[in-house]
Amino acid sequence: MNAPALREIDVQDDLESRVPDGPIQTKWERHRFDMKLVNPANKRKYTIIVVGTGLAGGSAAASLGELGYNVLNFCIHDSPRRAHSVAAQGGINAAKNYTNDGDSVWRLFYDTIKGGDFRAREGNVHRLAELSVSIIDQCVAQGVPFARDYGGLLANRSFGGAQVSRTFYARGQTGQQLLLGAYGSLMRQVNSGRVKMFPRREMLDLVLVDGHARGIVCRNLVDGRIESYAADAVVVATGGYSTAYFLSTNAVNSNATAIWRCHKRGAYFANPCFMQIHPTCIPQQGEGQSKLTLMSESLRNDGRIWVPKKAGDARSAQEIPEDDRDYFLERIYPAFGNLVPRDVASRAAKRMCDEGLGVGSTKRAVYLDFADAIGRLGENTVRERYGNLFDMYHEITAENPYRTPMQIYPAPHYTMGGLWVDYNLMSTIPGLHVIGEANFSDHGANRLGASALMQGLADGYFILPYTIGNYLAGVAPGKVSTDHPAFGEAEGATRGRVAKLLSMKGKRTARELHWQLGRVLWDHCGMERSGPGLLSTIEKIRELRAEFWSNVRVEGSGEDLNQALEYAGRVADYFELGELIALDALARDESCGCHLRVEHQSPEGEPIRDDEDFAYVAAWEWKGEGSRHALHRERLAFDNVHLAVRNYK
Amino acid sequence: MSAENGTRSYKLEVWRQARGASSGRMVVYQVNGIDQNMSFLEMFDRLNEDLLRRGEDPVAIDSDCREGICGTCGVCIDGRPHGPLPNVTTCSLRMREFPDGSTIVVEPFRADAFPVVKDLVIDRSAFDRVVTKGGFISVNAGQAPEANGLPVPKDAAEAAMDSAACIGCGACVAACPNASAALFTSARIRYLSLLPQGQPERTSRVLGMVEQMDAEGFGDCSNHGECEAACPKGISIENIAKMRREYLRASLRAG
Repeated sequence: MNAPALREIDVQDDLESRVPDGPIQTKWERHRFDMKLVNPANKRKYTIIVVGTGLAGGSAAASLGELGYNVLNFCIHDSPRRAHSVAAQGGINAAKNYTNDGDSVWRLFYDTIKGGDFRAREGNVHRLAELSVSIIDQCVAQGVPFARDYGGLLANRSFGGAQVSRTFYARGQTGQQLLLGAYGSLMRQVNSGRVKMFPRREMLDLVLVDGHARGIVCRNLVDGRIESYAADAVVVATGGYSTAYFLSTNAVNSNATAIWRCHKRGAYFANPCFMQIHPTCIPQQGEGQSKLTLMSESLRNDGRIWVPKKAGDARSAQEIPEDDRDYFLERIYPAFGNLVPRDVASRAAKRMCDEGLGVGSTKRAVYLDFADAIGRLGENTVRERYGNLFDMYHEITAENPYRTPMQIYPAPHYTMGGLWVDYNLMSTIPGLHVIGEANFSDHGANRLGASALMQGLADGYFILPYTIGNYLAGVAPGKVSTDHPAFGEAEGATRGRVAKLLSMKGKRTARELHWQLGRVLWDHCGMERSGPGLLSTIEKIRELRAEFWSNVRVEGSGEDLNQALEYAGRVADYFELGELIALDALARDESCGCHLRVEHQSPEGEPIRDDEDFAYVAAWEWKGEGSRHALHRERLAFDNVHLAVRNYK
Repeated sequence: MSAENGTRSYKLEVWRQARGASSGRMVVYQVNGIDQNMSFLEMFDRLNEDLLRRGEDPVAIDSDCREGICGTCGVCIDGRPHGPLPNVTTCSLRMREFPDGSTIVVEPFRADAFPVVKDLVIDRSAFDRVVTKGGFISVNAGQAPEANGLPVPKDAAEAAMDSAACIGCGACVAACPNASAALFTSARIRYLSLLPQGQPERTSRVLGMVEQMDAEGFGDCSNHGECEAACPKGISIENIAKMRREYLRASLRAG
């Protein structure tokens, strides 16, 4: 830690993952036996708050209801079915080995650890691989219409970072169908009275009583009322924070506010700089653009990625003969070809464009070409597999991908970082559990495709329902109500913040400032990072934040549906989070997975890890306004997968 | 009207209704500098930025994923739910579809069962309540048998997926002269009735969901077919016919 910004950071190696000892294959089984239980008759005495209704939150709320707990479930949308998990396209992994191609729990575990470039916890990842098979069983029983073969059995396809076909899918709408499955289970619990839904509520603070999470403060987005809810435990499942970059594949209302409020109440934030840049997105088309659209990784099963061999080649794609094309992924990584992991594919595309080989009007795009697949399989088969994605591409670009190759470029998509949790998915605040993309736990420095859905559902259906019991068994139920002064304090702080945002009447809109922040983060904390660039980024973000808090303009009333106010509150949090992203990237003076520090790369531009100094989870502690974050390191041990240089060649 | 840099200008007539008010009115706005690649909602982002800078209350309008899958967005554009193109949601509509200088009329999805919250934002919670009355298969986490233990014929799985593709946006209700929710409700009923997993609750599902649909104040279906034409996901009106058969079958059984 040589940079001046890092010298004064307090560093401690004091984080305990609570992963059980013993052989990795039986850790979870033994842990389930060792955990304390809440007896069935007592479960109804406990109330649990679940914030979020995506794959993690929705499945958790439904499962906790099924177990007999009282669940209060909150979401910012008008319906729980809108959560952004709905937009996941390609599929969900499971080690079923239905294709008889050599898959196993161990292989899925190994692929995920390696894909994450050895920055994930072995114990968590093995548990995830074990549970993957139960998820498919559960979803099929719910009626999720997965793709099937002619014999009526489940079909599979391939995703990046794996040499087996283990991805289950429902056309290009896998996330939608899995979410509707969880949503159905949730609605069933709503009907039974075990779950009470609170739509159009935004969590704006976490309430602690005697150091334990005992409730939340929300804003009712319809009438602006500030509301408090008390419970015996809180589960946060509010997704990732890619929207800090302004342009990302996330929904426009996806935000970091809930996890950032928890962070400021004492939950450590782990690996914030681990941000996945997805290789296959539709390139930016103009300044007025509000988001980027993903083209599923599944397209890399049949699509071939290429650029012209000659810089400045002005011919159209069809006019460029085979000999003048560079299928660069197949050339550089013959073993995995177009199915290398996302970080590898994104960087390769960036390098091609940096060398002047990019295509399209901005020259920041590469081709994703289906001509071979259409020739081999026929247009109908390609339509059956990817029809809705081709339609989406056509709607956005007005080009027909059956005739001309798609143009794609990488974009922020998923955050591996998130709130730190132990093996029980509990944060550093007792009682506060964090699941799905909102936590940091399973993907290390790079997530493999089709693993986010798997993790969200594993957390919600099969892990949290067990581990939260272990916490609740030590808690007397119903001891805290919203009359406790801690709720009044949190409500007061929330009202003050809303009033401050409305009172400034400045000259800049939150959107303009957010756009500027996103630009800074993308330029210096995107696919490539450098020490000097990150230092200047921290300074720039501080300036933008100061400008926001003196010159932002929010119209309307706090006691009304006010989308400009909602948005401004989220943007305010992105400035603080954005600074932490840059600080974390600066402190991690190595390259790994998505995190490429230019100081640590091979001549071919591959990341060079420093396992001796950086094989740890970086968990940051908020120390108050104006104070520096403190760093808590959780050392990672690799007892089962040998630490090695990732090789996809 | 056309600007020199190739951008476009529009006159918008937008429904404004204060929260809690029983009625609203059309307000005219001018938007300039619109790139033809911008989406319809990005054009609204531009309008709302302009309104903020002028110190006016921006237009409330819902959206989220902005790629046509979450079902959050949806307004009537020139009288058509989700606008002029078939199989396209409001968020996926691009401004290249609207000639430079044209007037565009924007209203909320209108139905008694979808009260206006504010401006173009409506309350569609009636859909959730319909689903709570049986739009699922009752299986607790942990109860599921091995996934391949129950083969589902490919054609049934594909047909189920066609119905399951509904995004719950409500365009079908807005398009229907009776404000019927028959397309929404029938799509979920048919999807589950096609699957072997859906059989045990087949009777109670259709009775419960149809009863709730009626209780929410949606109108009856009288086979206009506007719903199918407005649906951004191509959900077929055949689902409604199948729902009627399911309902008849269930009524006789429950008889």
